[in-house]
Amino acid sequence: MDTKTILAIIEAIAKRIEEQKDFLTELDNEIGDGDHGINLARGFKAVEEKLPTFADKDIGAILKGVGTALVSTVGGASGPLYGTAFMKAGNVCKGKTSLTAYEFAAALDAAINGVKMRGKAVEGEKTMLDALCPAYKTIKSGIDGGKNLVDALADGVDAAAKGVEYTKTIIATKGRASYLKERSLGHQDPGATSSLYMLQTTLEVLRGA
Amino acid sequence: MVGIVIVSHSQKLAEGVVEVARMMAENASLAAAGGLEDGNLGTSYDKILAAVEEVYSFDGVIILMDMGSAVMTTEMILEDLNRPNVKMIDCPLVEGAVLAAVESAGGRSLEELSELIKDSRTANKF
Repeated sequence: MDTKTILAIIEAIAKRIEEQKDFLTELDNEIGDGDHGINLARGFKAVEEKLPTFADKDIGAILKGVGTALVSTVGGASGPLYGTAFMKAGNVCKGKTSLTAYEFAAALDAAINGVKMRGKAVEGEKTMLDALCPAYKTIKSGIDGGKNLVDALADGVDAAAKGVEYTKTIIATKGRASYLKERSLGHQDPGATSSLYMLQTTLEVLRGA
Repeated sequence: MVGIVIVSHSQKLAEGVVEVARMMAENASLAAAGGLEDGNLGTSYDKILAAVEEVYSFDGVIILMDMGSAVMTTEMILEDLNRPNVKMIDCPLVEGAVLAAVESAGGRSLEELSELIKDSRTANKF
């Protein structure tokens, strides 16, 4: 996975978020403050505009740039959460112009720890972590077991999709949805959904690369 | 005098809290950081940072927030600023702001103020 691929992934994520903006907002209308799609799309539009300035940067700097753009433009909780995630991933990719499967997994792990730290959240609270954590565990054990990144990530995406389904069955204890208590049951979490989109998009780009 | 920044998803709410706090302490150093740049609901990193700089002095700044992204964005600003005399406090926004305004105008230090404001967490209205 080289710099070009990373830039292609980011561009594809921006496109996907824009396409899914209304659906994500709809999900957030059900159990949140109804801004997830709009906010993330605003953030990734700013990221897209910054893409040309990333062309000659290393992967660490690119991811950090994405994080900074999200923090300063999203305006909702997904800004500091995804912003921290990308920045932390950027930290472990500092100076790198390509990533091995192991390094990709390490970056994802750092990103997830960033989300946990910023959101003071753990798995099972109906948040993006319910998609990200199972995805990471599956990817890591796949790679450890000798799978290549694309195959491991494909399994990780399946795990994330299951995680999104799982969020329908639990009560939110973090974020705006936690105000609804048991009324949050039956609804899928918008943050977990956008996390799934990012992983799916990464897989699609890697498959095409 | 310790500066006070009120962070909210809503520009109206942030300005309103500043307004209410000022009723009690005209001279308090207060700044509102509410909503996004275009006035829509949300929290803006740049607006919060600008508000901190507006009321910043060596005496320090305390930041009070409503919830969610207001808290997390403020936390990131504190990490980026890395100034020990800029603090965020967990308290009810209106009560905390009134207390902060009164006590900062009364010359309390940042440390004293931080402790006092925490009392508003358990203060009953009736």
